Amino acid sequence: MAGQAPGHEVNGPPALELRGVTKRFGDLLANDGVDFDVRRGEVHALLGENGAGKTTLMRIVYGLSGPDAGEIRVAGRPVSIHSPRDAIAAGIGMVTQHFALVRPMTVAENLVLGRVPGLRLHPAEARRRALEASERFGIGAAPDAVVGRLSVGQQQRVEILKALARDCRILILDEPTAVLVPHEVGALFETLRHLVAEGLSVVFISHKLGEVRAISDRVSVLRRGRLVGTVAGTTPEPELARMMVGRPTFGVMREGAARARGGESVLRIDRLRVETSAGRPLVRDVTLEVGAGEIVGVAGVSGNGQTELVEVLSGMRRPAAGSVRVGDVELAGRRPAAVMAAGVGRIPEDRHASLVGELSVAYNLVLERLDDFRRGGALDEGRIRAEAEALIARFSIRARPGDRVATLSGGNVQKVLLARVLSREPRVLVVSQPTRGLDVGATEYVRRELLARRAAGTAILLVSEDLDEILALSDRVVVMYEGEIVGEMAAPEADLERLGLLMAGRGRAA
Amino acid sequence: MSLSRRLLSPWSTPVLATGAIVITFALTAGPILVAGANPVAAYFEFLVSPLTSRFTALEVLVAATPILFTGCAVAVAFKAGYWNIGAEGQLLLGAVAAAGIGQAAGGLPQLVVLPLMIAGGALAGAGWALVPAVLRVRFEIDEVVTTLLLNPVALLFVTGLLHGPWRDPVSGFPESPRIVAVAELPQLLDRSRLHLGFLVALALVGLAWYALARTPAGLRLRATGLSPHGARFAGIDVGRTLLGAALVSGAIAGIGGMSEVAGIQYRLTGGLSPGFGYTGIVVAMLGGLSMPGVILAAVFLGDLTVGASSAGRALGIPSQLGAVVQGTLLLVTIGLLALRRYRLARPAEAAAGGATDALAAVALAGDVAEEPDTEARP
Repeated sequence: MAGQAPGHEVNGPPALELRGVTKRFGDLLANDGVDFDVRRGEVHALLGENGAGKTTLMRIVYGLSGPDAGEIRVAGRPVSIHSPRDAIAAGIGMVTQHFALVRPMTVAENLVLGRVPGLRLHPAEARRRALEASERFGIGAAPDAVVGRLSVGQQQRVEILKALARDCRILILDEPTAVLVPHEVGALFETLRHLVAEGLSVVFISHKLGEVRAISDRVSVLRRGRLVGTVAGTTPEPELARMMVGRPTFGVMREGAARARGGESVLRIDRLRVETSAGRPLVRDVTLEVGAGEIVGVAGVSGNGQTELVEVLSGMRRPAAGSVRVGDVELAGRRPAAVMAAGVGRIPEDRHASLVGELSVAYNLVLERLDDFRRGGALDEGRIRAEAEALIARFSIRARPGDRVATLSGGNVQKVLLARVLSREPRVLVVSQPTRGLDVGATEYVRRELLARRAAGTAILLVSEDLDEILALSDRVVVMYEGEIVGEMAAPEADLERLGLLMAGRGRAA
Repeated sequence: MSLSRRLLSPWSTPVLATGAIVITFALTAGPILVAGANPVAAYFEFLVSPLTSRFTALEVLVAATPILFTGCAVAVAFKAGYWNIGAEGQLLLGAVAAAGIGQAAGGLPQLVVLPLMIAGGALAGAGWALVPAVLRVRFEIDEVVTTLLLNPVALLFVTGLLHGPWRDPVSGFPESPRIVAVAELPQLLDRSRLHLGFLVALALVGLAWYALARTPAGLRLRATGLSPHGARFAGIDVGRTLLGAALVSGAIAGIGGMSEVAGIQYRLTGGLSPGFGYTGIVVAMLGGLSMPGVILAAVFLGDLTVGASSAGRALGIPSQLGAVVQGTLLLVTIGLLALRRYRLARPAEAAAGGATDALAAVALAGDVAEEPDTEARP
């Protein structure tokens, strides 16, 4: 599976070489002894799911974060990179999804920004240099155009031009196509092919198989911080998908057969559409039903509309069109209070931000239903405390009622949310990334609770980046890609290869 | 004010306030020396002398009264995360309303007139706070700017009234005619200016404490201030909470204006407020946005105000040095708040444990789809 790249003649040392790069965030090993190299004049893709460590690795190369161990070599010489300034001096440039451009300024001004010696800016000189760079690298960019008025694709070209104008020989592109429309992707690839022919080395970070195969000479696959292998760019997609997704290791899982079809549909989502304020679609006409006692898993690389879908279902975002019904109640565009009143419980992905960290565990537990805890006009502190103690015992939360939530561990924070939601006996649960960042014990606890709710007849929509989790818990699985549901299958039919392909925008179900 | 946009945890407030006062004294020793006085003697004059005689001790409470109102007003708003810098203007509008009612109320019993003036002051203050609050809730226009900029407008409105329709016909001074006798807040003690407004202020502070600490609405307000996202997620109507906090804040400041008109000046004057609204911010911050803290801070600053004027006479230094000390105190308090936030970030992180770190790490790893600011992009 981890076959080495076929012989590629090597002229001298690689342009960029990483040896044993390790980076740790607390308990999480973001990069684990990664070896990686880019040759002169090649596009080397870094492929992996979210959280696989691709961006972390390249942030280290660009000096945005420091490695805990390992070595970086540029053209064979070890370099020490402590800041982007060092990286630029070593000939490394990086274009992230968030452009570092000054929008009200012109292209020419952006290109010379930070590199103007002395105090005076000579507009004509800046213009001349912009034209020269644009011509030399074959990247069309009107020097007098105001950056803020350019399309996103054009802005990206300005970013690339900016890196090149600083004599960058190794260009890192972090998910460059995520912000582009399809024809802009084609233009970007044209530009890259041209630059690579001139000797530029490109690191192309992506999780989209089609793109990776279209542009890369070699592909390195990262999974959970480890390098799975480096293969030729011509490797078939199913194999790349398998490398990216890996083998499942089941912990807690549903018992017995998956239900072919849940009971009566409790949650009905119909042609739901979510757009940015600028009208770019984030969720495209999603139609989905979840039955009583059924878990429907939503798989997908994050950033494909799941977050927005969950926000709408939670009452935190207004959809552009479509309907969300629980029973007979229409919930699209309603406030959180109305959503909760209809019997929807929500376990959000940003669990810390969804509680009030500076308030006590007890207050957070009852915050959704304060009006049930009043005596006259005042809060009934005694009953709040009693309720909190009961929930703390029932959900084995390791905290006292008076502790501030901000002092709790992630697992206990999640239990507080679970307790708050489940104490209301919801008919529908909308759950997003329920175990992300949790340790094994807390993870199993959360999964068991979800399965218990399933057994009790709750309709559960489970959004997770963790395919193991989706496969272990779901009765049915749908895959979201670029805001659409691109595939649906009963859990027993779901195999990793097919899911991996669908998640990467390939092998769309007919 | 952006540095102060984070609320306090209770334990450190007394430490912080004491530290702020000590640092302020160290910093203001220079100007006092330049003014030709011994700083230690000056601080003695500022703080201790006022408490040594009955008259000046009661004057301390007189000086504390208006800033009890504005301090309470600011604290209520800040606690909700609504940065009302406009207590000054709201107080002035409350004063205008009270003076208007007070001039016209001849013939009514005092038990009717005073509540009427309080209600008028509250309504006027809340009214002046309404537009910035709606702009914030509806259009997300920063209330710091709008409430602040309405303060000079309120002052110009008062000046316009006093030079126009309300100019005193008897004296010809730019002051309103005197309010009728039944519109005056009664004095509490003989040979002192201390008036009923002080008790009204204390009652309001007590009420605010109860509402914030013991009622569902107060808990919703605190939750909104501590985490707007978390509050919204829990089903709290954040917009309505902010609007409510803003209006209550304006109303309390407005009653403060009524108290000055009906208890001290007995008319509307251009110099009614030497910046009570701004001092209210010092009071609220120094008091850690807690109501007991507001009382302590208001009395402390009242002491300083009375002390500064007597120090002027006793030591021959400009009484404006009192204002210098107050201003320095505000800056130091805000500075300490910012510093505290920075210092406490690390232990808090450590306490939150590995899972939080891991979560942060996942976020840092960046692969987590941070939907690139598409909203902001055309």
